[in-house]
Amino acid sequence: MTHETTAPALFNGAILFQAIKDALAKLNPKTLARNPVIFVTEVVAALVTAFWLRDLFGQTGTAWFSGQIAAWLWFTVLFANFAEAVAEGRGKAQAEALRRTRTDTMAKRLIIPESNDRVFSMVSASKLYPGDLVLVETGDVIPADGEIVEGIASVNESAITGESAPVIRESGGDRSAVTGGTTVLSDLIKVKITAAPGNTFIDRMIALVEGAERKKTPNELALSILLAGLTLIFLIAVVTLWGLAGYSGTTLSITVLVALLVTLIPTTIGGLLSAIGIAGMDRLIRFNVIATSGRAVEAAGDVDTLLLDKTGTITYGNRLATAFIPVSGVTEKQLAEAILMASLSDETPEGRSIVALCKGSHGLVEPGMAGKNSEIIAFSASTRISGIDFATRKIRKGAVDAILKYAGLDAKNAPSEFMQTVERISRTGGTPLGVAENGTLLGVIHLKDVVKPDIKERFNALRAMGIRTVMVTGDNPITAATIASEAGVDDFIAEATPEDKLAYIREEQKSGRMIAMCGDGTNDAPALAQADVGVAMQSGTQAAREAGNMVDLDSNPTKLIEIVEIGKQLLMTRGSLTTFSIANDVAKYFAIIPALFVATYPQLNALNVMHLASPQSAILSAIIFNALIIIALIPLALKGISYRPVGASALLRRNLLIYGLGGLVVPFIGIKAIDLIVASLHLA
Amino acid sequence: MTFVGWSQIVILLTLVTLGSLVLGKYMAAVFTNKPTVLAPIVGPLERSINRLAGVSLDGQSWQAYALAMLAFNAVGFVVLYGLMRLQGILPLNPQGFAAVSEALSFNTAMSFVTNTNWQAYAGESTMSHFVQMAGFTVHNFLSAATGIALAVAFTRAFARSSASTIGNFWDDLVKSTLYVLLPLSIIVALAYMALGIPQTLQGSVVATTLEGVQQTISFGPIASQEAIKQLGTNGGGFLNANSAHPFENPSAWSNYLSIFAMLVVSGAMPFMFGNMVGDKRQGRALFITMGIFIVVGTGLVYWAETAGNPIIQALGVDPSLGNMEGKELRFGQAMSALFVVATTGLSCGAVNAMHSSLTPLGGLVPLFMIQLGEVLPGGVGSGLYGILVIAVLTVFIAGLMVGRTPDYLGKKIEAKEMKLAMLALLILPLVILGFSAVSAMLPAALSSLANAGPHGLTEILYAYSSAAGNNGSAFAGLNANTDWYNVTLGISMFLGRFAYIVPMLAIAGSLAAKTKVPASSGSFPTHGTMFIALLTGVILILGGLQYFPSLALSPIVEHFQMLGGQTF
Repeated sequence: MTHETTAPALFNGAILFQAIKDALAKLNPKTLARNPVIFVTEVVAALVTAFWLRDLFGQTGTAWFSGQIAAWLWFTVLFANFAEAVAEGRGKAQAEALRRTRTDTMAKRLIIPESNDRVFSMVSASKLYPGDLVLVETGDVIPADGEIVEGIASVNESAITGESAPVIRESGGDRSAVTGGTTVLSDLIKVKITAAPGNTFIDRMIALVEGAERKKTPNELALSILLAGLTLIFLIAVVTLWGLAGYSGTTLSITVLVALLVTLIPTTIGGLLSAIGIAGMDRLIRFNVIATSGRAVEAAGDVDTLLLDKTGTITYGNRLATAFIPVSGVTEKQLAEAILMASLSDETPEGRSIVALCKGSHGLVEPGMAGKNSEIIAFSASTRISGIDFATRKIRKGAVDAILKYAGLDAKNAPSEFMQTVERISRTGGTPLGVAENGTLLGVIHLKDVVKPDIKERFNALRAMGIRTVMVTGDNPITAATIASEAGVDDFIAEATPEDKLAYIREEQKSGRMIAMCGDGTNDAPALAQADVGVAMQSGTQAAREAGNMVDLDSNPTKLIEIVEIGKQLLMTRGSLTTFSIANDVAKYFAIIPALFVATYPQLNALNVMHLASPQSAILSAIIFNALIIIALIPLALKGISYRPVGASALLRRNLLIYGLGGLVVPFIGIKAIDLIVASLHLA
Repeated sequence: MTFVGWSQIVILLTLVTLGSLVLGKYMAAVFTNKPTVLAPIVGPLERSINRLAGVSLDGQSWQAYALAMLAFNAVGFVVLYGLMRLQGILPLNPQGFAAVSEALSFNTAMSFVTNTNWQAYAGESTMSHFVQMAGFTVHNFLSAATGIALAVAFTRAFARSSASTIGNFWDDLVKSTLYVLLPLSIIVALAYMALGIPQTLQGSVVATTLEGVQQTISFGPIASQEAIKQLGTNGGGFLNANSAHPFENPSAWSNYLSIFAMLVVSGAMPFMFGNMVGDKRQGRALFITMGIFIVVGTGLVYWAETAGNPIIQALGVDPSLGNMEGKELRFGQAMSALFVVATTGLSCGAVNAMHSSLTPLGGLVPLFMIQLGEVLPGGVGSGLYGILVIAVLTVFIAGLMVGRTPDYLGKKIEAKEMKLAMLALLILPLVILGFSAVSAMLPAALSSLANAGPHGLTEILYAYSSAAGNNGSAFAGLNANTDWYNVTLGISMFLGRFAYIVPMLAIAGSLAAKTKVPASSGSFPTHGTMFIALLTGVILILGGLQYFPSLALSPIVEHFQMLGGQTF
């Protein structure tokens, strides 16, 4: 993981206190109605409370029992609310930090935009509307989101990215977008405002992290329906039990039936469901990725194909020297020495990589230049060679045809050995540079696009997860194929245009696949919008940021892989806790059913496999376990269950073992333990 | 339990598996319009029937399919009801039976239309040959054919990609009858006749017994109805004693054939599914899941029955006999156990032993098999779509656990499918537990019970489970021919069949319209042991959680009472 900002402690004091207050506020039935399982719990809690009052004033002698049941039912509801409140609280703390950056700045609004005169009036940033032109000078805070229409500036965007190194923003091209709240460090720019007040990038970020716009995501909705359906089934089972029990002359009290109902309905997952969703978004945010909707996070888990730009994601982006190949009669060491001297003053990335290779692999030391009488020949676009002249040595390196010309040769009469090397390098997608000394060819430098060292393993991991990787590059097919095989991607698009990308995405989607991609340029926008998960780089254009459904504040395209993992983790946490919740019911039946009927049918005590102390303590223990398990699982819900990039079968086996089998066993132990405490405290 | 007993079970189930494999492949060919052996003979007949009926055979949307199916069954219901009400004036009534009462006609018509074949009457003393043949036997075919058609339609939803239609009901109905049920019935009926089952239009014979008493023995066209009774998992017997009667099931051989015939079509359905969706392993997984329940259930019943009843053994009965009450000596415990489990797992409902006389645990198994849903392997057709709905649910939970929006055979399972699946799954507990609870408190309903104590509650639960599960077998001991039971059981059968089918078809429509996503190693494979284990677990846990409290009050407590020596 590249750049993860520190998470707020799972339970820090302020958040905790606020969460307790929020949990109480969430008791409002109107808000709870969104969550059918917990809503039902609240309704029956109110019902049992009414019965408790009756017992209390009616002197039925069961007030102590029904009072405890009522209290634990309310705790169940409160614990569920608390889980949601804690998850929201963590988001709110981050929103607060963002909000502090959004102080009301004054903007220099240009009065006559067309003229070159910089006549401006000072207006509040909250009075700026799309289309206004403002002037931002060194030290000014950019008042609102916009596009640079004139000028170039270095901008400190740490307010949103946390990255203190300034970035360059300039008019035209893909780096023209600026964000309100960031500071211009140098120069002067004219910015056209693109966002209305209250709708700027930071405003939207705050809204997202606060969860103000939170809607149920499709998968969350489907799961909610399953949980509501199960709740209904258990409602039927419990209500009819009253009649079936009546057959044998047992009259069940509403209190125990409610206790049975609440332990059976999936309160655990019902209570934690929204917390899991919020925490998923939260994990992305801590990872410096803002998703515009929970739907996008979920879609990330479903991605079948990743479209990755070659440059910057798969390769370092610069061609680096990887080998020196001398012609016969020249040793590699001689060649390297010559190259080192010719490259010492070459400040291009290629030049630096050549020097690094000389020093690294060939163990050369930098010769002292000062004393030598030398003249540096700088690279120029017309000659396409560079080098150094000493009194007796003239060393040149450069494009092969330029070097041949310098040596007075051409492709036909050049030494065949030299030409073969050049050809081999070109064929494998590399770039050959010729080296000559005093008009004699010495050898070739092999420059190539170097694949990032750990990328192949990551692609293998993705493949295990069932995700195909597709490399997108502007290179020719031969170069592309070489790099593709080296990096281990499943497919590549060579000589790709933005239209090719879009067409590829559409084609994949037609066969039912889900696609994720990164992009930053305006011409990426259509593809970003078409992709199921479009991650725009914060450094990209406004158009790209609008088109994607996520924005990566670090502008690191490799993160796409982690985004997919976070999406999967979100779904897995939901599924595993659902399984756990349902599996729990088995133990609860063994606790409660014998307790309900042992008076009528003493033989049913055979089902009391946990040997619980008394019918009342059995029921109470089950309901206490049911409430406490929610609290116990909050950390897991917020953190998400651990994820490993292995195949689906292995994942399922593991999760089924932990959460399915665990869900069967844990409550037997838990309820027994609580029963021991309940019995020893004489609570029932 | 004996080695011979288990050998019979294993050999018979192996034969069923082989038969299912062959039949499944054949049915897949029939419903994908590929050439089959029977095409030269049946093809012309099929075409002329279709021409005569004058219906369009174009593909139908799920709504059109459902509407055609409902209309067809509604007409069938009305005709059958009319036949019984007008029995007195209709031909082929050698015993001169009068019109059947309104409540019983309603119940019986619903029973045969829904493939339940719950019989609140004794066939030989209530129904004329005409009603048996033109009414019941016809519906034995049509209700089974309807089930097969629906299963084929649901299968197409998985086989097709981005499709707006799920097939044509009329086409599927005619094909199911002509290519599958009719040929099989002819073969089985001939075999039954060879094994000594009567096939005559005579009503009864009068025999003089050794004591010199005159005895009227009913029979009739039994072999033909018996064949489709088993093949179509109908289960409605010609005679009241059903497959325990020597005229319906005269020997061990006819018993083997009966078990084979009732299992083979439902067993073939998952293989047909696998063939039609282009992945045979998928069908195999479903078949194995069904098989696990049959084998384990049979083992449990066999064990419980051979263990017998300690109270009776205390009276001096040889414990090695186990519990033979209500069983036929010519079948024995092993084949009774397999029959009991097959008929309830299937939703067939034919019986060769009295379920009420089983030990409490032995009786718990068939009751629970019915309550688990029509899936193990369920009625013809209904078993396949039944288990597929549960598979959709299973895949949803499993899919989440591997971190993807769940898909089954490349079809994404989303909120809409979940809503419909839950709707379908709610029907059974609502009907079974709802009506049972009311009956358990209603004096008019309680007066029908023959037994006191938990056994009486089992009788009620069994009746509603059998009706809602479209099984049709009776636990016996309950007088169901009362207005209360005739009406409520009729409603249970209706809801258990059609309130499940309509949401199921809606799921089919929704799935058919989806694009089939190619499988990747990130999606959870639905053909391996993992899936089988999970599906088995979901069926068991889902069913167990719904019915455990009610079962605890009936067979489970009865079992502990028996161990404690309590009698009623």
